[in-house]
Amino acid sequence: MKITRQAFLALLAATVRAFSKPRRMAMAIDLGKCWKDHGCTRCVQACHAAHNVPQIPDRRREIKWIWKERFENAFGEENAGPAVAGAPVPLLCNHCEHPECVKVCPTGATWKRESDGLVMMDEHRCIGCRYCMAACPYGARSFDWSDPRPFLRAIDPAYPTRAKGVVEKCTFCSERLARGGQPACVEVCPFKAMVFGDAADPSSAVAQLLQARHAFRRKPELGAGPNVFYLLDVGQDGILRGDWQSPRAPIANRRADCQSAPQGHREGA
Amino acid sequence: MTVLARTYRWRMALLAAAVAAGVLLWLRQWNQGLVLTGMSRDVAWGLYIGQFTFFVGVAASAVTVVLPYYLHAWKAFGRVVILGEMLAIASVVVAMLFVFVDLGRPDRLLNVLLHPSPSSLMFWDLLALAGYLALNVILARAALAGPPAAWTRVMALISIPWAVSIHTITAFLYAGLAGRPFWLTAAMAPRFLASAFAAGPALLILLCRAFRYDAGEEALRKLRLVMTYAMTANVFLALMEVFTAFYSGIPEQAAHYSPWTWLSGGLAAAALAMALGRSRYAPAAVFASLAIDKGVVLIPAGFIPSPEGAVTPYIPTALELGIVLAIWCAGALLVTVLFRIAIAARQAEAG
Repeated sequence: MKITRQAFLALLAATVRAFSKPRRMAMAIDLGKCWKDHGCTRCVQACHAAHNVPQIPDRRREIKWIWKERFENAFGEENAGPAVAGAPVPLLCNHCEHPECVKVCPTGATWKRESDGLVMMDEHRCIGCRYCMAACPYGARSFDWSDPRPFLRAIDPAYPTRAKGVVEKCTFCSERLARGGQPACVEVCPFKAMVFGDAADPSSAVAQLLQARHAFRRKPELGAGPNVFYLLDVGQDGILRGDWQSPRAPIANRRADCQSAPQGHREGA
Repeated sequence: MTVLARTYRWRMALLAAAVAAGVLLWLRQWNQGLVLTGMSRDVAWGLYIGQFTFFVGVAASAVTVVLPYYLHAWKAFGRVVILGEMLAIASVVVAMLFVFVDLGRPDRLLNVLLHPSPSSLMFWDLLALAGYLALNVILARAALAGPPAAWTRVMALISIPWAVSIHTITAFLYAGLAGRPFWLTAAMAPRFLASAFAAGPALLILLCRAFRYDAGEEALRKLRLVMTYAMTANVFLALMEVFTAFYSGIPEQAAHYSPWTWLSGGLAAAALAMALGRSRYAPAAVFASLAIDKGVVLIPAGFIPSPEGAVTPYIPTALELGIVLAIWCAGALLVTVLFRIAIAARQAEAG
């Protein structure tokens, strides 16, 4: 029997899949470390620069892959004790175990990658129906309401830009993982607050952190199974502990500041 | 040329001009993007999807005349059943147009068929709508050709659960989303059906008046009765939603109620009161209140506040309103053509 090159490759891929355990990429964000500089937006800036995410002045039409939200908005008022209320929390796509967005997409333009659990997005197949935005319980998805390119200060030729009319979101930096790297936000964080790895591998740093520390997720009751975890210590009184003190400025006021700051602006801070 | 024919031509020309203007507006939207609408990152769907939802209901409501006529051989609907089918055809087309103008990449619409995704209700909704359109076109053509044959009765019987399915699936589009508490309710599909079976007969009554078509005294009386019962069920189910949201006291349930939802609920209650009081204007009031409740308020209300608690107001732009108006005009144009064909066929039979 003659085997074609294509069939051989397909067979090879199937064999590799059959004998390798699927990975489950996850992120643990240590909020205590993140709050060492609660005005820091380096993860946001690094991500958005690396992925040609535009800075759209109209807040209603903004595009964001990772951003900071007040603790009570991210986790609900009832979970935000006085120690953490108002504290900024980095939010991004949760790359859920059972992603709502994947379930509702009518074209398969977004899907869960079997090999490592990443929720992928094909902007070339997306018809722009925005059903995934309605379905995502975490507000992780953005739509290109207009051509995003005029809102890019610099275009990184290493990563594609998007056109108007499609949905985009965080990809856990699949392009960097493919080269053996780490997500841009993880790499840039000066406090190493974000730890990324294979949660299915017990020896991985992220799996051990999740074992050892008090970890929680956004809206676990919905059953989507987010793979972004947040770490905070719990005091003897059962209250979440953070080094978060009174904010220097509320996040809302910082927004303009964050967006206009060039990359590395806070390097000396 | 008679005066009537002349006003008819004027009316058609005006509607066609409005549709043409709408096409130009849509071309502008395609060129610039959906940034020209009032929708936003937080309010991802607006008037277009609301109107889509409303007109799927109007389409499904043909069942209120098809079921008594074909299943129970209720002859009084003999003159109106063809209009119900024609209205269903026009409504499905209108509903599909509303989805089309809402797409960011309408040029890729066929991806829904090229990459079928059974886990997505939108995939099923488009299939169900296309099937329903085909069923009604076949039924209407058969009805125009002459007295119903055995196979048309079978098709009509299939169209009954099919009509229910299109609006149930449309409700499931919203009611299955874990992250949107306002829509996450088992009462969504029943309520959609109730409001559809009120809005559809109301519109049929209005259209019979507008086309000066004598559907028969008894048929009109029964249509009003169906409308009133269905509207009662709709308001009842809406009150069930209010009770559950507010008595349970779960904050995220109640958070979606705003002056807009109360206003549209109040309008629905007023329309119901008019229907119960046998007002001549009840059909118009019922139709208008449901076009607002389902077609304008329901969809944005589910998005406000956002999952992060942000209240981003949704204000449709003039362009958005223009495109909505143009699609209504396209529907009116289609209904006029289809109804004239149906009415001419009925008069030929009678004459």
